[in-house]
Amino acid sequence: MAVDKNMNVLIVDDYNTMLRIIKNLLKQLGFNNVDEATDGAMALEKIKNKPYGLVISDWNMEPMTGIQLLRSIRGSGESYKDVPFIMITAESKTENVVEAKKAGVNNYIVKPFNAETLKSKIVAVLGEF
Amino acid sequence: MSEAMPEQNHIEVGGSYGRDQVLKIINSVISKVEHTGDDARESIFKELKELRAIIDEARAEIGMTRPSEIKDKHIPTATDELDAVVEATAEATGAIMDSCDVIMDKASAVGGENGDAMVNEVTKIYEACSFQDITGQRITKVVKTLKDIEVKVEKLLAVVSHKMPGSAEEDSGDEGKSGDAALLNGPQLPGSGISQDDIDKLLAEFD
Repeated sequence: MAVDKNMNVLIVDDYNTMLRIIKNLLKQLGFNNVDEATDGAMALEKIKNKPYGLVISDWNMEPMTGIQLLRSIRGSGESYKDVPFIMITAESKTENVVEAKKAGVNNYIVKPFNAETLKSKIVAVLGEF
Repeated sequence: MSEAMPEQNHIEVGGSYGRDQVLKIINSVISKVEHTGDDARESIFKELKELRAIIDEARAEIGMTRPSEIKDKHIPTATDELDAVVEATAEATGAIMDSCDVIMDKASAVGGENGDAMVNEVTKIYEACSFQDITGQRITKVVKTLKDIEVKVEKLLAVVSHKMPGSAEEDSGDEGKSGDAALLNGPQLPGSGISQDDIDKLLAEFD
């Protein structure tokens, strides 16, 4: 099944710079419907009110972290509980990756990253586009 | 010495010794030894006097270093400076990315091989701009460390001013972190985290 590039994508990061970088890279990949949130709580509100085809989130945010957001989504029992979720973070310890996987992450990108890495992980999660 | 210490009975066993209480004990011992005239006690008397002089000198020296300035001036100044660094780099990065957005639009108009080349180069600039996020997180870690030091200095000051050494309360460092808090460490220094390739392999093990 082909990837619908018109899908809504939610990016979550407390650094405006990173939001802009990811948004621009997604735009270059053909994803133009990109929403932003600056922490997990704001992201969860958006997810409750709008269907997303992909969530790309940082880990280290306050008050709700990326891992808490992921657990909230997966444990919600709602229609969005299985939304594809990619963690993009500077947390590069093995225990972080393991914990994210246990929480149901679909892929994990360590910062700093490049456009090629972002594309390859999106392809791994959603399929070729 | 044992007969010279009855005044200690006024001090709660296992509790902390107040500065005045310690001085009271020393003065009591000196007073009692002073009236015996015994050679051995004369020696003890001399040593206790020296000990009191050392304590007074140490307190004076600590006072002269003005340790409260670390808490009241140096650390707040350092954290303000670091906050300013984050703010300045964020502003500069924003300006760079604004220009990138303009170039990207122009590149679309140029099109063809040159247009593609421009897009590729601008993409590299976007990627490089992620330094602001990484340095920002690192600086945030340093600010947190400074604040931890501030708390420890405050406790040290309290001990020096009012208590005998060894009665410091538990500190608030990171040693006891557990659960999700233990996973919030920010960017790892080179060699202490794992690479994207290692992460990919690790994730593949779950499949």
